[in-house]
Amino acid sequence: MLSSNIMPYAQSNIFSKTGEQEEAAGASGFAIEARNLSIHYSAFRAVKNVDMAIPERKITAIIGPSGCGKSTVLRSFNRMNDLVPGAHAEGDVIFMGQNIYAPQVDPVEVRRRIGMVFQKPNPFPRSIYENVAWGARLNGFKVGLGRPSMDEWVENCLRKAALWDEVKDKLNQSGLSLSGGQQQRLCIARAIAIQPQIILMDEPASALDPIATLKVEELMQELARDYTIIVVTHNMQQAARVSDQTAFFTVDADRAGMLVEFGDTRQIFTNPKDSRTEGYISGKYG
Amino acid sequence: MNGPGLSFPVEFDPTLPRRHSSGNIFARFFLVSTWAGIAALALLMLTILNDSIGYVIITTEVDPASLAVNGVPYEEQTNQQLTDILANHLSARRLRVLEKETPFADLNQAELVLLVEQEVLDPEAAATFSMVQSLFDRSMVNAELAEHPGATMQMRFWLQPGLLSNSGSSNALLAGIRTALYGSLWIIAITILVAFPIGVGAAIFLEEYTVDNAFYRLLRANITNLAGVPSIIYGMLGLAIFVRGMQPITSGALFNAVSGDPAAATGRTILSAGFTLALLILPLIIINAQEAIRAVNPLLRQASLGLGATQWETIWHHVLPQAMPGILTGTILAISRAIGETAPLVVVGAATYITFDPTGPFSKFTTLPIAIYQWVSRPQPEFRSLAAASILVLMALLLSLNAFAIALRNRLQKKQ
Amino acid sequence: MSTITNNASGGNLSPEALSLKHRPRPVEALIYGFLFFCGIVSIFTTLGIVYELGKESLLFFSTPGVTIWGFLTGTRWQPQAGNFGILPLLTSTLLTSGMAMLVAAPLGLAAAIYLSEYATPSLRKALKPTLEVLAGVPTVVYGYFALTFMTPLLRAIFGKDTVEIYNTASAGLVMGILILPLVSSMAEDALSAVPNALREAAYGLGATKLEVAVQVVLPAAVSGLAAAFLVAISRAIGETMIVAIAAGAGPRFTFNPFQAAETMSGHIVRISGGDLSYNSIDYNSLFAIGLFLFIVTAAINLVSQQVVRHLKRNTQ
Ligand SMILES: Nc1ncnc2c1ncn2[C@@H]1O[C@H](COP(=O)(O)OP(=O)(O)O)[C@@H](O)[C@H]1O
Ligand SMILES: [Mg+2]
Repeated sequence: MLSSNIMPYAQSNIFSKTGEQEEAAGASGFAIEARNLSIHYSAFRAVKNVDMAIPERKITAIIGPSGCGKSTVLRSFNRMNDLVPGAHAEGDVIFMGQNIYAPQVDPVEVRRRIGMVFQKPNPFPRSIYENVAWGARLNGFKVGLGRPSMDEWVENCLRKAALWDEVKDKLNQSGLSLSGGQQQRLCIARAIAIQPQIILMDEPASALDPIATLKVEELMQELARDYTIIVVTHNMQQAARVSDQTAFFTVDADRAGMLVEFGDTRQIFTNPKDSRTEGYISGKYG
Repeated sequence: MNGPGLSFPVEFDPTLPRRHSSGNIFARFFLVSTWAGIAALALLMLTILNDSIGYVIITTEVDPASLAVNGVPYEEQTNQQLTDILANHLSARRLRVLEKETPFADLNQAELVLLVEQEVLDPEAAATFSMVQSLFDRSMVNAELAEHPGATMQMRFWLQPGLLSNSGSSNALLAGIRTALYGSLWIIAITILVAFPIGVGAAIFLEEYTVDNAFYRLLRANITNLAGVPSIIYGMLGLAIFVRGMQPITSGALFNAVSGDPAAATGRTILSAGFTLALLILPLIIINAQEAIRAVNPLLRQASLGLGATQWETIWHHVLPQAMPGILTGTILAISRAIGETAPLVVVGAATYITFDPTGPFSKFTTLPIAIYQWVSRPQPEFRSLAAASILVLMALLLSLNAFAIALRNRLQKKQ
Repeated sequence: MSTITNNASGGNLSPEALSLKHRPRPVEALIYGFLFFCGIVSIFTTLGIVYELGKESLLFFSTPGVTIWGFLTGTRWQPQAGNFGILPLLTSTLLTSGMAMLVAAPLGLAAAIYLSEYATPSLRKALKPTLEVLAGVPTVVYGYFALTFMTPLLRAIFGKDTVEIYNTASAGLVMGILILPLVSSMAEDALSAVPNALREAAYGLGATKLEVAVQVVLPAAVSGLAAAFLVAISRAIGETMIVAIAAGAGPRFTFNPFQAAETMSGHIVRISGGDLSYNSIDYNSLFAIGLFLFIVTAAINLVSQQVVRHLKRNTQ
């Protein structure tokens, strides 16, 4: 751990593509694909043998009982789990034709392509403007002839996050001064400001009131035109409302989370193939 | 909602290689900084060791071999023979002075040997070398030795039994820290006697008997601030109040306990020093004890009160036993702070040079850190070596106190 | 059998025999009195400090020829000549504490960042107490270290003509080692208190570890860090033995860190260590310096507490 912290990274640039990023995705039509993925926290296997291929520019929902490993799987898609001491993944996660767990891959590069929105809104204690601009500037946002200025870009992202009208007069105020729902949309604006291909959302509305939840859900559908969205939710109505595809996870007898069923949302909710899915949905949905 | 789509020709520079390389540089800097502190600690220990062992070139007034009788060196001679040596080598006047201090007949053999060394041999460190010099610069050592005909050279570990058993002396080779150690122990005993009950009492008062009102907040803020007052200010407080203001008490005059001339009684005594250090560590003890008391499960108090126990019974039988490990650990840490304190005791009036062991709270005092301070302030290298060896004693004392605190805490915690 | 009857009589206590009134509890009252006394000893300590320092300082300033203005602005401290200007003592105090902060602030902050953001939990658990050992070493030992290690080192580097045997640089640098663990420990606490959600947010945007630490965690912990620095400065200003041993005996108005110059605390300790008669102007003048020292350190400590309180309110 110690030595790896100061080891120079392999200068991999494998995900950097110049030009239009949207067309760069693999020909498979899948944005990201888990292959026989198992994730451990030290000795504890939290998730086992997940196989799922997530379609591009669709909303994929992950549902399941608490503790079944939804967040764990989601966080393994942009190597966020690397930050947990003792966590490690087995199997492959294929993104743009490459396994993001291959040794030469730089997790920073992965996260820069696959953004994340968290359960509790977590804006930086900086101005609203800086919250959006920081990530873009960090990642080498280019200004110049024919390109948007940073101000224009911030405005664009805030508009896309449906927040512009509410904050355009107070861009210099702290991001923490906003309401919970506004903060969460600020976090979404912040995520899209670095132009990721995929946005991971971990129960993005669970800390919000119903009206704010509705706004975030609308926003997700809007964003799905340009981005692949994977959203974890414990709210099955939400999954049914917003998602195109749904994955149902549960805990196996050995306490490891596992993928039970993955398919078209309408099919999962109306005609589940697995009795466990049906039990879960009818128990909670009915 | 309907802002411009992704029609912007947005581009990002590939910045990661540059960012990673600066990241690596800083990561190294952070790592090195962390180890810098530890390296400093190691360097400090090495410096102390380096000074506490090495060659000493010793010259004596009289060749020690000439004192031998029938091949028996003076160290092993009888009391009578040693007294004879003294009588043969010292002036009549000097003999009378010494005899008046303590009659030779009252001295044991070891004390007589020491007297012979001090008075007859009067060894002097003509040159003192550090460990590094002794090991790697033998030629310099030898050259120095050649300049002192008749001198002997010995490899000396300054932390030798004599250091602990001898009292202060202006001769580095014969000086020891016995008096200073006794002084430190006396003072610490008084400090503990005063600070422990008052500190724990204050913590109990603050945690169990006060509600969160303005008075309580004032008390707490005051204690936090006192913990940040420079220790030398406590020394001035002690000088003004204990040494000067309470002179009749602290000098012992009120109790007719002054040894020697009562007119010479001053408050610069062990009692004043102990009181001063007690005030100094009081905030530390209070803060630690408060934390320990706060950590006791409130349900325990409710259970006890629910059985009809009074508040004090609850505290005495349930809260204090639970909090004791934390209180004791905090107290011991505070005491080790007090043991190392120097500045306030200089201000309170530590004696610069005494050779008599303290006999009670009204004695004049010196302490281990003060002895170190005085020896460090001397320019001669032999005193630096003496200081280094004394520092080893001081550090060993502090380390064992801390180890004791940890062991005690573990043991008491296991019992519960 | 007997227990049963006892129980029965206890349970059927007649109403007249039961009294719920206050009973006098003299022992409890006595104990309360003692505890109350213990609780306010600290108040009396503070009052004692303020009273004694203030009283002697008043005597000092009421001496003919001594003025507060002259005390605060005079560049010479020569009691024999009636010159009582604190500036030479103050500048050397600033020199030593400045030197100390020059060492302790960057190293302490860097160590704190390492411990909080880079080190594994087990490594942090081992390193932090080791660093804190440094803070437990008696200051007289640091004085020895300054005189026998740092001074010869400085003289070897910069030349014996430049660096005097006693100098403020040596004392200040070693004092930096003394307060290093204070800075690193308090700063580490402040950094660790930054919620993990902020780190995750930054990592999620593709930030590197350094960017997370420096651009996200540091700014979020800034008031805790400021408090750590302030406490360290106050500690450095009041520190005595290192400067008494290594910085030099005798006030000197100089900004050259390689020259000998006595600090406020060093002066107090040297003069009071000698034979000092009460009611002399020398004695009184020490208390004026002490009062100045007390006010400065107390003010810094109060500001740092205010900063911490501000921090607590903001993070809640
Ligand atoms: N940082 C962690 N360290 C150890 N175990 C964890 C950690 N995070 C989650 N787990 C464990 O992994 C399992 C799955 O957790 P999680 O992915 O958070 O579930 P979900 O999001 O579905 O509620 C749980 O048993 C949880 O206790
Ligand atoms: Mg979760």
